[in-house]
Amino acid sequence: MATPATPVRRTRGLPVVRQLKQAVGLQRGMLIAGLVLTGIFLLTAAVAPLLAPYGYDQLRDADGPFGAQQSPSGEHWLGTTVGGYDVLSRVIYGTRTALAVIVVAIVLSLFIGVLIGLLSGYFGGWLDRVLVVVCDAVYAFPTLLLAIVMAIVISGGQSSLWGGIFAAAISITVIYIPQYFRVIRAETVRIKAEAYVESAKVIGASHWRIMTRHVLRNATRTLPLIFTLNASEAILTLAGLGFLGFGIEPTSGAEWGFDLNRALSDVTSGIWWTSIFPGAAIVWVVLGLTLVGESLNDLADPRLRSRRAAEAGETGEVTVVPGGPLGAGPGGLAGIEETR
Amino acid sequence: MSEQFTKPATTDPVVRIEDLSVTFATDAGRVVAVQDVSLQVAAGEVLAIVGESGSGKTVTARSILGLLPETATTRGAILLTRKDGSSSADVVTVKRSELGEVRGRDAAMVFQEPSTALNPVFPVGWQIIEGLRAHGRYTRAEARAKAVDVLRRVGIPEPEKRIDSYPHQFSGGQKQRIVIAQALVLDPGVIIADEPTTALDVTVQAEILDLLRRCRDEFGTAIVLITHNMGVVADLADRVAVMYQGQLVEQADVRTLFANPRDEYTKQLLGSVPRLGQGVARTRERAAARPAGWTTATPVVEARDLRIVYPGRLRKPDFTAVDGVSFAIRPGEVLGLVGESGSGKTTIGRAIAGLTKVTGGSLSVLGTEMNGVKERRFRPVRERIGFVFQDPASSFNPLLTIAQAVAEPLVVHGRAKDAHAARGRVDELLEAVQLPRSFGDRFPHELSGGQRQRASLARALALGPELLIADEPTSALDVSVQARVLELFDELQRELGFACLFISHDLAVVDLLADRIAVLYRGQLVEEGTGEQVLGAPQHPYTQRLLASLPVPDPDEQAARRASWHQLA
Repeated sequence: MATPATPVRRTRGLPVVRQLKQAVGLQRGMLIAGLVLTGIFLLTAAVAPLLAPYGYDQLRDADGPFGAQQSPSGEHWLGTTVGGYDVLSRVIYGTRTALAVIVVAIVLSLFIGVLIGLLSGYFGGWLDRVLVVVCDAVYAFPTLLLAIVMAIVISGGQSSLWGGIFAAAISITVIYIPQYFRVIRAETVRIKAEAYVESAKVIGASHWRIMTRHVLRNATRTLPLIFTLNASEAILTLAGLGFLGFGIEPTSGAEWGFDLNRALSDVTSGIWWTSIFPGAAIVWVVLGLTLVGESLNDLADPRLRSRRAAEAGETGEVTVVPGGPLGAGPGGLAGIEETR
Repeated sequence: MSEQFTKPATTDPVVRIEDLSVTFATDAGRVVAVQDVSLQVAAGEVLAIVGESGSGKTVTARSILGLLPETATTRGAILLTRKDGSSSADVVTVKRSELGEVRGRDAAMVFQEPSTALNPVFPVGWQIIEGLRAHGRYTRAEARAKAVDVLRRVGIPEPEKRIDSYPHQFSGGQKQRIVIAQALVLDPGVIIADEPTTALDVTVQAEILDLLRRCRDEFGTAIVLITHNMGVVADLADRVAVMYQGQLVEQADVRTLFANPRDEYTKQLLGSVPRLGQGVARTRERAAARPAGWTTATPVVEARDLRIVYPGRLRKPDFTAVDGVSFAIRPGEVLGLVGESGSGKTTIGRAIAGLTKVTGGSLSVLGTEMNGVKERRFRPVRERIGFVFQDPASSFNPLLTIAQAVAEPLVVHGRAKDAHAARGRVDELLEAVQLPRSFGDRFPHELSGGQRQRASLARALALGPELLIADEPTSALDVSVQARVLELFDELQRELGFACLFISHDLAVVDLLADRIAVLYRGQLVEEGTGEQVLGAPQHPYTQRLLASLPVPDPDEQAARRASWHQLA
């Protein structure tokens, strides 16, 4: 096949920006939609105090208490909860908690998972066997159950904001380490056999240099993808924890899953605003992150990527990635159980 | 049962390609792979399409079967006529459902890699019968009889029994025979053979070429042969089409083409094919220039009774890759190591570089005994060894620029602080391998195969090694590129005077460069001597067979060699 006369490209661009330039048609639409949803989420989290009319734990203002279960009005656009908090403010502040948990969970599991995956794949032998068995064992647990156990172990009754965030984040971390571990290990095993690693060995490079300079940098190709998909799963796990009462207390932080739990009894008495808005927020974030992840996945695969000049029509727009539900339900139990 | 194979009824061409253009949609935009190619293949004729990689030869041939990916857009007409002349179809415009009928019945394909062309989980007979079932109604017994018959005709011994064997139970050459049987069973008018012998050893290649010749003579099948090996062309083709950058540059009768090529590119292509016997004068000259006492100098590499055994898995017996090999490489000498796949030549190269463990005997590399050596102790020695890998595409880290990759050995051994500080030396090296300095800033995928292999050479020479191991450095390259890389290699060797182990399966290439040639066969060293001795008067039967199997790029000479090969076999 003829080699295309490509103009020499100096930079390879940032991961997402590069894909955005590359995408066409439906795939581009999906990616942009995902980026917009995610962007709004990030922006809201950044400027939450400016947007929110009240604090997340505010029960009264100068005019006295808000009152419980007030329907949406001029003062409280989205009404108040059974505990007397402003729904809008809690939904907005909830983005901060969600973002903090995502960042802490992903960073922790990313670093630990990548490190042990790299060591395990590169050195092999008994280390590899032990780590694989341990990770498989963790993988075999129902995620939510494991997260609950971890939450109890870690927080031990604490209810501060960061205590809660770390409890949730670390329990999510434990679940996701095996994912990063497996991906990086598999890539490492593959790359270890590549000629350029052997050529580094022949040159006399140390193990550490080979691992960091030659193996790791080539093994991270799929990370942005797992990263985004895991971020959306992290939100769902957090919401699940909150819903079951293992989350963050309302006085120390706003958490959508917890609010949904409190809204359970409201639903039957016709009070819709306390459950709809936190639920919609969860759907928003999960949908945004999943769309980004799924489009990145499609674009990363030359066989699935549709191209500008393709006359044969669009190729398939969605692939099934393990653990990536496209339209995950709201933070109810059913929605959580489907995501694994 | 030979009546089931019809003799061609018409003298009309079985394939007529008119103004074929193929464009691919890629990330970088549209790429024209084939442009306005018109070709005809007469019944019972072997048409060879030659050209370097990227010339569009495979795309042209695949489009005959409509086997292009969805990103391809085809224009023009490809008229396929049935062998008995009863119908013809234009593959470009035909419907998908009809295309399925045309494939196999009117034209069939033989792929490059026989081990991947067969499905490993089905018996070979089943796979042949599957093709039959797709195109007609046969009872179980009929289909089986037909499959047995075709297997016998392609030279599979005991076809009644072997029909139920699985692909892994056959050797590479036999697998290719089965793939050819699969193509022949429906008695197509034309077989598209895409590099049918490239993945095979020279001795097996000769057998497969013989079989393809029989396909033409006995079955009356036309063959479109895609190859880059001019020796194969001289051996088998009736007519040759030369392609260059998607266009047809010359089309001629095989004798005419080899005797007086008209196009400039064809001349260049034929000129760059290495021929046996070219290296004799050079070797003599080099031998004469050796200083006195050279023969008693300490060898750079000395193997005595070297054994390398790979442990077997799951109660399978151990595999002895190298079995009692002794040889020596003296300073400044080029030793050519020849053998077919599985002969252990690469294993020896890897053992010298410390990539494979030595399990028996003694191997001394630059004064270090490799049997039982620890990586820690060998690391300082690595500085004095360079290694050039077979595939330049995979031997560079795709994320490092060429300059960074070439600087890697300098940085690792502390000659430079980082890649930036090493840039001066890197530029020198790039210049030495005749690459522009600016190429240092490019990434490996932005270089062609030949350029990459030069960069690979620059990396291997960065520390000024005393010993260079070159493992099939040119086998992944086109002939014209290979010639230039070999020339460069020779120049650098003269200039820098390093000792070299040159591993190759191609006798002609080794002859060009090596002072001495060692022939490996099934892990044992069967013959060793100068090019003149080994190639001029081979002693061992295997060497004789190897030499006779090597097709030479001259139709008349090759015909004579073929006759002598038949006698040997």
